[in-house]
Amino acid sequence: MGSETTQFSDIITKLFSDIGKLWQDAAPQYLKGAGDTLLLAVIATAVGCLIGLFCGILQTLSYSKNDFWLKKAVINVVKAVVRIYVEVFRGTPMILQAVFIFFGLPYLTANALRFDVITAAYIVVSINTGAYMAETVRGGILSIDKGQTEGAMAIGMNHFQTMVKVILPQTLRNIIPQIGNNLIINIKDTSVMFIIGYAELFAAHKSYVGATYLYFPSAVVTMIMYLIMTTVCSLLLRLWEHLMDGPENFNLATTDSLALTSGMNNFPTGRKKRWAR
Amino acid sequence: MSDNVILQVEHLSKDFGSNRVLKDIDFTVSQGEVISIIGASGSGKSTLLRCINLLETPTSGAIIYHGQNILDRSVKPPKYRSKVGMVFQSFNLFNNMNVLKNCIVGQTTVLGKNKEEAKENALKYLSNVGMDAYVKAKPKQLSGGQKQRVAIARALAMEPEMLLFDEPTSALDPETVGEVLSVMKTLAESGMTMIVVTHEMAFAKDVSTRVIYMSDGVICEEGTPEQIFGDPQKEETKSFLSRFRNTN
Repeated sequence: MGSETTQFSDIITKLFSDIGKLWQDAAPQYLKGAGDTLLLAVIATAVGCLIGLFCGILQTLSYSKNDFWLKKAVINVVKAVVRIYVEVFRGTPMILQAVFIFFGLPYLTANALRFDVITAAYIVVSINTGAYMAETVRGGILSIDKGQTEGAMAIGMNHFQTMVKVILPQTLRNIIPQIGNNLIINIKDTSVMFIIGYAELFAAHKSYVGATYLYFPSAVVTMIMYLIMTTVCSLLLRLWEHLMDGPENFNLATTDSLALTSGMNNFPTGRKKRWAR
Repeated sequence: MSDNVILQVEHLSKDFGSNRVLKDIDFTVSQGEVISIIGASGSGKSTLLRCINLLETPTSGAIIYHGQNILDRSVKPPKYRSKVGMVFQSFNLFNNMNVLKNCIVGQTTVLGKNKEEAKENALKYLSNVGMDAYVKAKPKQLSGGQKQRVAIARALAMEPEMLLFDEPTSALDPETVGEVLSVMKTLAESGMTMIVVTHEMAFAKDVSTRVIYMSDGVICEEGTPEQIFGDPQKEETKSFLSRFRNTN
């Protein structure tokens, strides 16, 4: 028992000394890798959200029986294209999509169309996220009560105005948890971009262990760095949600002359500060 | 036809699948009229109102607004809807905006007014319905009656030619029904043209200039409140109204 304990504490001491050595040798590479990971994940998630919002609007376009046939045809074609995009990019591995874009495009176009590693990585992660977000946004729009659309239409808004002013702001609030999911998935899954040589955190790990064989110590460091990035992002997203909800109370400008219930100053909404929990 | 006719509904029919809910409806709305549409649930009152605002597409017939059939392809529904306001049973206030913004957004996006002008206008109508104190409140923070008053102010802020009310008090607590009806009564007295689908017989009797009784998708009987409530001609009207007399 006693000897085992000694052995284990020896192992831990060795682990810490290996990590210390690793950090002294290669801290800049790891930090740069983490920075590139974060940059790729954040920007690609944001671009993916825009693609998703746009596709989500397209998927909710509708026409009535009286509309001109060309309008009906165009709407149907647009919806079909969006569906194909969603199915293809949601239904294939991102690692292969990267290969297709980085190696496939130059191959097929005899080098006429080729992207550098960084551009290709941003494109692949963005359109992959966009495919997932398109479905998220569609679900978010469907979840908004039909009365909101009717209210907007009744004061003369067209489809586009209704979407931008009324439906999408409410949709956005409801899909923030899903945007958070995508951001966190992207922070982790951008690691597959090593296939085209994008130097992010996982690539830093791979290159260091290739030279030193310190597989486990390096994995511990990389793991902790991923966990820090995802935790911070998830906290920031909670804060964003909280800010979008706005204040819980409002102040009366004067008093209500018609309502029987007078004297309400701070009317609680019943929504607890989940963020603060 | 007199000059002040706003809207003519001609041979209007509406099918939901094989179910014909409106059958050959004809009626005319003139400037300043307050028309109450009464009838049992499922008689097609709300569908008729929703057809007038094109929230439902009629199966056949015509809706003539100032001489133009709005069912023509050349007519853009949003432009027409901005002149014909609608107040819903379920309020349909925009949940992502506060009270003031609810009354401003239509003016700025649809009518192209600038923010200052729209705000001034919104505050005027909010104070008319007694809700100017609540400009900063979100819809979920208001009672049903307050929401409906804001919805009326929102419709008025568009300065419509005519207002449609689809059972505006049916979703309200008994104690808040009064505040909404009093706003509607004031509005009627100010000369606003209104079509009101309602179960409030007192409102239909005391405020409206004409009453339409609908049954099974047709206009069964129409006339002045005195005629309909004092001396109904049809058996259906008599039996419908007698149920209300018994309960009140």
